[in-house]
Amino acid sequence: MISEQLVDLSRLQFAATAMYHFLFVPLTLGMVWLLVIMESVYVMTGKVIYKDMTKFWGKLFGINFAMGVATGITLEFQFGTNWAYYSHYVGDIFGVPLAVEGLMAFFLESTFIGLFFFGWDRLSKVQHLMVTILLAVGSNLSALWILIANGWMQDPVGANFNYETMRMELADFWAVMFNPTAQAKFVHTVSAGYVTGAAFVLGISSWYLLRGRNVEFAKRSFRIAAAFGLASAASVIVLGDESGYTVTEAQQTKLAAMEAMWETEPAPAGFTLFAIPNEREMRNDYAIHIPYAMGLIGTRSLSKEIPGIAEIREHNRERVLSGIEAVTALEALRRDRGADEARATFERHLPDLGFGLLLKKYVADVSQATPAMIDQAVADTIPRVAPMFWAFRLMVGLGFALLALFATAFYYTLKGECGQKRWLLWWALLFVPVPWIAAELGWFVAEYGRQPWTIYGVLPTHLSVSSLGIGNLYGSLAGFIGFYTLLAIADVYLMTRFARQGPGSLGTGRYDRDTGGAGGAVQTAPADRIRL
Amino acid sequence: MLDYETLRLIWWLLVGVLLIGFAVMDGHDMGVGTLLPFAGRNDLERRVIINTVGPHWDGNQVWFITAGGAVFAAWPLVYATAFSGFYWALLAVLWALFLRPTGFDFRSKIADPRWRSFWDWGLFVGSAVPPLIFGVAFGNLLLGVPFHFDANLVPYYTGTFWQLLNPFALLSGVVSVAMITFHGANYLVHRTEGDIQRRARTAAIVFGALLLVTFAVAGVWVSTGVGGYAIVSGADPSAVSNPLAKEVVAQPGAWFANYGHHPFTLAAPILAIAATLAGLWLVSRNRGLGAFVCSSLAMAGVILTAAVSMFPFVMPSSSSPGSSLTVWDATSSHLTLGIMFWAVVIFMPLIIFYTRWAYGVMAGKVTVDYIRRNERSTY
Repeated sequence: MISEQLVDLSRLQFAATAMYHFLFVPLTLGMVWLLVIMESVYVMTGKVIYKDMTKFWGKLFGINFAMGVATGITLEFQFGTNWAYYSHYVGDIFGVPLAVEGLMAFFLESTFIGLFFFGWDRLSKVQHLMVTILLAVGSNLSALWILIANGWMQDPVGANFNYETMRMELADFWAVMFNPTAQAKFVHTVSAGYVTGAAFVLGISSWYLLRGRNVEFAKRSFRIAAAFGLASAASVIVLGDESGYTVTEAQQTKLAAMEAMWETEPAPAGFTLFAIPNEREMRNDYAIHIPYAMGLIGTRSLSKEIPGIAEIREHNRERVLSGIEAVTALEALRRDRGADEARATFERHLPDLGFGLLLKKYVADVSQATPAMIDQAVADTIPRVAPMFWAFRLMVGLGFALLALFATAFYYTLKGECGQKRWLLWWALLFVPVPWIAAELGWFVAEYGRQPWTIYGVLPTHLSVSSLGIGNLYGSLAGFIGFYTLLAIADVYLMTRFARQGPGSLGTGRYDRDTGGAGGAVQTAPADRIRL
Repeated sequence: MLDYETLRLIWWLLVGVLLIGFAVMDGHDMGVGTLLPFAGRNDLERRVIINTVGPHWDGNQVWFITAGGAVFAAWPLVYATAFSGFYWALLAVLWALFLRPTGFDFRSKIADPRWRSFWDWGLFVGSAVPPLIFGVAFGNLLLGVPFHFDANLVPYYTGTFWQLLNPFALLSGVVSVAMITFHGANYLVHRTEGDIQRRARTAAIVFGALLLVTFAVAGVWVSTGVGGYAIVSGADPSAVSNPLAKEVVAQPGAWFANYGHHPFTLAAPILAIAATLAGLWLVSRNRGLGAFVCSSLAMAGVILTAAVSMFPFVMPSSSSPGSSLTVWDATSSHLTLGIMFWAVVIFMPLIIFYTRWAYGVMAGKVTVDYIRRNERSTY
């Protein structure tokens, strides 16, 4: 039997390192397109201020990118180090997008980022712009492939279990690649990244405007960020990955949990704006309903029913019972490949194999499972409702708040008053961290909402871990916390230092706080030094 | 589609190609990083050294990441067993690698000498530790690793971390560090001038010679002290992947058997030695580029020597030889190997093309004057 503590610590380590990595990813995804826009304007107009914008925001981009590279390798390693059985069980499918990500995306972005920083004097304007575009394409392609991998974990299409190799094997690569769940996740995730990049540039530009520094530079950056951010925020909401949630059973469970839909309601279901989910009695206290809204969001139809938790649970009970037959027959078949009767039973119950494996948490021989264990395994198939319900609502609320910010910023940009409304500048500045909070909440909903599975319906989280001693887990977790804390300090220090110094750090002599030397002591310069 | 046996053999070669690609590409910037605190005596010199690889280290590191991803996709059981078994060794590699992206990007952004010195040593650790550990890991593969599977193919590693640091494995670690540093030094001779170039040349001669000696000692050690493993029955090259369906014995001299059966494979160790000698001769005459090509070939020879010696084993088990992972029974399904093969065929030429272009754009000597002129925009 696998120790609970080992599973919990492995999950904690993965959650901590993945969420840490995702502090850097969305900023890369978004800022890189802002760099493309700024540099395109430079190439088209020849105005050097846009080149300086590309270089200055590129400097901040570079600091962030380095952190993304450093913390990204952790995730690739971690499947092997801490999730060895997972790696064996699904590597045949899951490894493919990871390897293609390297070949198609990482090489592209990592080769061209070098030329982005160091190729200014060695490439023509158009060549350098092409380099920046390829950098953007590379980083966004890497998001595509990793979300194809993650989409498959949520919705494992195009694969079959092979009892001889004791693993899932690829049956249809195109199904994995064009998995609707993965496509919805990709669009939603990269859009969220664009919002992050836009909010970052908007907020820091607002700070310069509040201080009255580098006003022309800041205004131009503000306008580009406002327009790009508005389009992205609208896209995050319209293309929310909830749109894919009713396609399959996996996502229906998640949907029911995050909506606290205890019972199936007649279509179209209402949307619960506020409630205190009561897990024990399976109902919501103090609920505020908006009629019909949920059905429309979830199914995009008026007549399709969304199953509630009670119904899903009863359905899962049947699957667990069928899964017991599958696991028992599989074990007989692995002892004796010629056992025809076991093979027939196994093939009949194969779709429920994963549900039978859920019982391995409680008993080694699942055919000996007691009714209490079966009840427990069935209960496990629904993630805890309250954290899902609230994380989702908070994320959506922040998403709308960001949309409002960008809409307002864009409105004043069009009116030509973007530098004048101090309340707007403060709003933008204070909202710099908001997209990150929303993105982390989104990942929480996606991943916690898939529990108790690593691969929905196929492989329970509990069985996915490496057979390691607990001491190793405490040691590695302590190491990650130590290293990541130090790296975070260095990152935040550099980011704030260069953001405060502003484009003067380029040493062009055209901006405030130009230090003249190699990033030495900051000198103050007259606020209106820039004349362009 | 190609048949399963052929694809399995191709994937053995492709993993080899990716490892050699890693050694040639990421290897030279790791060698440069290893030499950084010694070949550069002041901040400007160190910046010259860093900027020889500044535009390229990130792309080079992808060889490593892609090799990892390819092992995951093509040999999932090897990935699962090796990464969880070598837990602390892998974490040490990972944590050392943290210091590279940050070191390159953060170091020159602040002028404080303590800050810069900290990242210089960070780059040293990030560049020297991974090759050392990879060498140690290869040494342990040659010796066999204590692991087994249960009936559901859950891997169990039964050794300790300290057990990995045995004398033969440590010698393999020295071989690895020597070849990477030799290679990096050749690159520096090619891309720098003056004092730095002179120091790099000395380093190239020292580490090239060390590579020759340690590689030869390791060879003798394998023939006398390291046994090897042989398949007695099972491991059908076209059967489904099941590492529990074969019988394996530990057998002295087994790691030399392939050279007897297929004498052309002797080309690998001969290449390692001949290319190292040629590289030493060229670098002593300041011919950095030629020496770089030679050290690339030498590393290909060293890696192929280890791979050919063990073939068809990838990760032999010392505690349960039957659980050993081989080219025939630890691979992905036929379909996955086929798709991955085509992915490599399509993308690898593109990668080589634009990498070559990027090096072309940044070609030429990096000088103290260049750093002075581009103080804000270089590392």
